[in-house]
Amino acid sequence: MAFDSATPWKERHPGLPSPAGEKRKRRQPWTRYRIMRYYVVPWIFLIPILSLHAFVVVFPAMQGVVYSFTDWSGIGDANFIGLRNFEEMFFEDQSYIDALVRNVQWMLFRMIVPFAIALFGASLLAKVKRGAMFYRTALFMPFILPSIVTATIWRYLYNPRFGLPTLVGYDKALLGQSDTALWAIAFADNWQFWGFLMVLFLTAMQGIDPVLYDAAKVDGANRWDEFRHVTLPGIRPVVLFMMMMVMIWAFLVFDYVFILTGGGPAGATEVIAIDIYKNAFQRFEAGYAAAQGMTICLFAGLVVSGFAFLRKRGWDI
Amino acid sequence: MIARREFFLFRKQRENTAFNHIFLSILVVFSLGPVVLLAVNSFKSNAEMGLNPLGLPQEWRLENFGRAWEQGEFERTFKNSVIYVVGTVSLALVLCGLAAYSLARKNPPGANFVMLYLLVASTVPVWLYLVPLFFLWRQLHFLNTYHGLILIYTAFNAPFSIFLLRSFLIGLPVELEDAARVDGANELQVLLKVVLPLAWPGFLTVGLVVGLGVWSEFQVAVIFTHNPDMFPVTTSYFKFTDRFGRDWSLTNAGAFMMVAPVLILFLALQRRFVEGLTQGGVKF
Repeated sequence: MAFDSATPWKERHPGLPSPAGEKRKRRQPWTRYRIMRYYVVPWIFLIPILSLHAFVVVFPAMQGVVYSFTDWSGIGDANFIGLRNFEEMFFEDQSYIDALVRNVQWMLFRMIVPFAIALFGASLLAKVKRGAMFYRTALFMPFILPSIVTATIWRYLYNPRFGLPTLVGYDKALLGQSDTALWAIAFADNWQFWGFLMVLFLTAMQGIDPVLYDAAKVDGANRWDEFRHVTLPGIRPVVLFMMMMVMIWAFLVFDYVFILTGGGPAGATEVIAIDIYKNAFQRFEAGYAAAQGMTICLFAGLVVSGFAFLRKRGWDI
Repeated sequence: MIARREFFLFRKQRENTAFNHIFLSILVVFSLGPVVLLAVNSFKSNAEMGLNPLGLPQEWRLENFGRAWEQGEFERTFKNSVIYVVGTVSLALVLCGLAAYSLARKNPPGANFVMLYLLVASTVPVWLYLVPLFFLWRQLHFLNTYHGLILIYTAFNAPFSIFLLRSFLIGLPVELEDAARVDGANELQVLLKVVLPLAWPGFLTVGLVVGLGVWSEFQVAVIFTHNPDMFPVTTSYFKFTDRFGRDWSLTNAGAFMMVAPVLILFLALQRRFVEGLTQGGVKF
C-alpha cells in the first residue's frame, strides 16, 4: 500500500495503537505569553463596555426589582411592603388597568396596520426593477425622522382648522377627543414605522427562490395565490419575529403619546409608560413606578414564552 | 453567439408592472407627502397657513428660519446635541470596537456568555431600569450633565454596536493580522494599523446609526435633563412647541431645521443607513 497521508493512521495500521498527537491535540503548556494573549488581553478589551453596560442597565434593573417591593418615594428611606404594590395595581388602581387596555389596543393596531401596509408595499416592490432603489429610499425615509418631528407633522395634519380632516368635512380635533385620540396617535406612529418593516420584508423576499414563482405561474396562480402560497411562507420567519418584537415594543410606547397628548384628553391616552413617568417623577411614588416597570417586563416575558411555546408545539417560527 | 441565442430563448416574458408602479407611487405620496409639506410650510407665513394649508407658498419667507432659530434657541441646543452625538459616537465606537474585536478574533473563554448577556440585555424593557437609573444618576450628580447622558446613550447602544461590528469583523481575512503579528506588532497595533483601515465601513455604519439615534432621542433626554442650558434639540423643541403651538410657520421652520442635516446625510449615505438600521433593528 502506497503511503497516503490523507488516510487516518488507524486505517493504515489497523491493530496498532494510535500515536499520541494524531488523535488528540496535545495540551499547550501554560506560558505567560499564552495567558496574556488568549485570556487577559481579550478580557481587557471587553471589560470597559461590559462594566459600563452593567452599571447603566443591569444594576438599576436589579434595584428596580428591589424597589418594586417597597413604598419608596424617591427620597429618603424605603420600607419593604411585600406585594402590596402589585395588589394595588391589579385590584385597586383602575387607571393602571385602563392603561394596560390601551397598550393592548395599541399592540393590536401595530400588529395589523403597519404589517398590512408593509406586506403590500414589499410584495409590490419585489417585482419592480426600474426605480426600485428610489421607492425603497422614499418609503424608508419616515423611519429616520425624530419622533418629535413626526409628531409635529401629524399635529399639523390633524389640526381641526385646516388639516386633513377638514378636507372631508370633519372639523373636530382628532387628538382632542377621547375616543379618537389614541388611534390618531397610533396612526402617526404607524406612518413612521411601516417603511422599516417593509425593507425587512423586502430583504427576506429577495431570498425566496425565483423557481418557486415560475412553478406557481405554470400552475396558473394569480397575484393573490402567489402571495399567499409562495411569498408569505417564504418570509414567515421574519414576519413572526417582527410580530414578537412589535408586541414587546407595544408596552414601551412613550414618545408619541407624551408629545402629542401627554396622556390626555382626560387621561384617554394614558398608556403604562406615561403612568410610570407620572408616578415616578410627578407623584413621588418611585416604588410603585418600579413595580409597574416590573409588570412590563412580565408582559414581555409572557410574549416571548408564548412564541417559544408555539415553537415547541411544532409551529415553524 | 450561442450564449446570446440561448439568452434570447430563455428570456422571461416581461411582467406587467404598471399595477405595481401605480400603488407604489401612492405609497410614496403617503410617505413623502407629509415630509414635503413640512418643508414647504416652513416657508409660509402663519396667516397663509390657514388659507392655503397644502399648497406651495405664495411668498417664500426665509425669515421664518431666522425667527425660529432665535426663539427656539437653536444655537445652544444644536451645540448640545452635537456634543451628545459626537461624545456618544466616539465613546461607543472605541469601547464597542474593542469588545467586538475581542469577540470576533480572540474568542476568549466566556465569549458565548457575553453574547448571550448582550442579547438578553438588549431585550429587557427600558422601563424596568429607567426609574432607578434616574435616582442613581441624581445621587451621582450626573443629571443635567453631558457625560451623564453620553454614558447612558453609549450603554443603550452597546449591544447593537457590538453585534454589528462583530459580524463585520468576522467577515475580514485573518491573514493580514497574522502577518502583522509575525512582524512583531502587538495587539493594539494590529487593531489600529491593520483592522481599523479595513473595517471602517462597519464603523461608519454603526456611527451613523448611533448618531441618528442620539440626535432623535427624546425619552431619555426628557427624563434626565431639566436645565434648559443642557437640553438637546429634541426636548428643547418640545418646550418650544408648547410655547408657540399656534404659530405653525415657526414650529414648521424649527422642525425642518432639525431634520435637514439628518435628511441630507440620509440621502448621501442611504444604503448604509438602511443596512445598519435593519440589521440592528431597534431604535430605542
